[in-house]
Amino acid sequence: MVRARRLRKQFGDFVAVGGIDLEIRRGEVFGFLGPNGAGKTSTMRMIACMSPATSGELEVRGRDPATDGPAIRAGIGLVPQEDALDAELSVLDNLLVYGRYFDLPRRVIRERAGQLLEFAQLADRAGAKVDALSGGMRRRLTIARALVAAPELVILDEPTTGLDPQARHLVWERLYRLKREGVTLILTTHYMDEAEQLCDRLVVMDRGRIVAEGPPRALVAEHVAREVLEVRVLPADEAAVVAALDRHGAGCDRLADRLCAYGDDGDALLAAVLATGVHPEGVLVRRASLEDVFLRLTGRRLVD
Amino acid sequence: MSAARPTSVPLLRLTPLALARPGRARRLVERNLVVYRRGWTYVVSGFFEPFLYLLSIGVGLGHLVGSQRVGGHPVGYAAFVAPGLLASSAMNGGILDTTYGLFFKLKYAHTYEAVLSTPLTSADVAVGEVASAFLRGSVYSAAFLAVMAGLGLVGSPWALCCLPIAALVGLAFASLGLAVTAHLRSWQDVDMVALAVLPMFLFSATFYPLSIYPGAVGWLVRVTPLYQGVVLLRAFDLGAVTPGLWWHAAYLVVLAGVSLSVAAGRLRRLLVP
Ligand SMILES: Nc1ncnc2c1ncn2[C@@H]1O[C@H](COP(=O)(O)OP(=O)(O)O)[C@@H](O)[C@H]1O
Ligand SMILES: [Mg+2]
Repeated sequence: MVRARRLRKQFGDFVAVGGIDLEIRRGEVFGFLGPNGAGKTSTMRMIACMSPATSGELEVRGRDPATDGPAIRAGIGLVPQEDALDAELSVLDNLLVYGRYFDLPRRVIRERAGQLLEFAQLADRAGAKVDALSGGMRRRLTIARALVAAPELVILDEPTTGLDPQARHLVWERLYRLKREGVTLILTTHYMDEAEQLCDRLVVMDRGRIVAEGPPRALVAEHVAREVLEVRVLPADEAAVVAALDRHGAGCDRLADRLCAYGDDGDALLAAVLATGVHPEGVLVRRASLEDVFLRLTGRRLVD
Repeated sequence: MSAARPTSVPLLRLTPLALARPGRARRLVERNLVVYRRGWTYVVSGFFEPFLYLLSIGVGLGHLVGSQRVGGHPVGYAAFVAPGLLASSAMNGGILDTTYGLFFKLKYAHTYEAVLSTPLTSADVAVGEVASAFLRGSVYSAAFLAVMAGLGLVGSPWALCCLPIAALVGLAFASLGLAVTAHLRSWQDVDMVALAVLPMFLFSATFYPLSIYPGAVGWLVRVTPLYQGVVLLRAFDLGAVTPGLWWHAAYLVVLAGVSLSVAAGRLRRLLVP
């Protein structure tokens, strides 16, 4: 569905995307993780044919965005980072007008708009002004709008950022439904649990480059370990604990308020810490997650 | 799969119009019609301004002012002023949406962000916005012409040509408005545009003949876009048609074409970074 080679985006001298390779397959849910400014949005916009690449090769839906932008966009639904709803139009008109941009017959759009308002749980707000909607409603309307032309590829740039947990789960549930229907999804997110649950494969971006790539569980296995031990100790005891974990062969990250150690057996790590005679203020043994991969790859790194 | 080329090609200023397709630009006109339909009072108000001028200045003040000579024939003051106001009405229809309205859409509402995620291009946006303003200007002109006819201010069968000419005036100003607005940075800049439009409205031989002005000022007035419309509409309305009028029409056609092309190029750089 998407193929990129050495894809690069510059704004003046500033390199936002520094030459990335991508291969996104049909029917896949593909995620982009990364801190703010990593270049996720710039990449999304190039794939959505809304921003020309500075150099490199890009193919989307089997065509070249440099020459076939309109034809490629005809099969893409975009949920931009900022909602970009048409504030001069009502909720329903936002769907009807947007569908017309894709040259669809009015009858078809009307029918789909009805279904999509149900899907977005906005059927009772059809006549409302966009300004009167809550953040979650606006996000759902934006997703509904992106689906009006029944796209084969949907690109979502931080679809759940800024939503409360309930609204987030509603959006996830909608995305699962799309996934089951076989729509190819590309999404960026800050939420690791979201990426872990939704994505078949993902890349971690940092400063315009891809620093890791693969299925979520494989990334966790490759970059961290099966389990994580989180310990809080007094600053004075920290060195002793780190040394003990080091002897045990466990990777360790020092965060602001705690230490994270990675190993296949979290309880064994804990035993090693306790054997030093230090009394931790708090401990937690848990399954390793993408959050840990993210921290290891882009965050503060203490020992390897 | 081909390599993406650098984005700043020397021909950029002229190429974007070729990226427009009438079928796609039409969709943006449809969008604007939906907005107009919901806010029709705002649309109607744009027509009333020149209409009120016609009543107060043309008919009212006209009682105090003697008749004017156009093409060697005397005409009443109201009949003299009416085509000037018709030109202003067409101008208003053309620039209302492409100045204030467009600046708002570009800088605040970010209306085109969503539009450009569909098959439409930035060139379609330029053509679609100008076409919408052109339509609006044409409707104003037709209504104003009907009022003129109703008040007995139409002096010749040639006046039928006033409709397409007024439409051309609306088109030229819509394109010019878009080209200028796409380069503006703040609301202060937009107010400057309004500040330029007002004297043009007052002094482009709208209310009195060009012969009032001393030579240099007269030449300044002669090059304003509104003056071309006033001359054309007055001549056709009152039946004083001469071959020299082609120059005024050509001026407006060239202005419309160049402005639209400049606008499309600028919108591309703004909207497709
Ligand atoms: N239109 C632009 N002009 C200049 N710099 C930009 C523009 N868009 C993005 N950038 C810069 O590019 C970098 C990457 O931004 P972005 O792709 O939005 O990252 P992300 O979505 O991962 O947060 C940022 O430092 C941002 O400031
Ligand atoms: Mg972003």
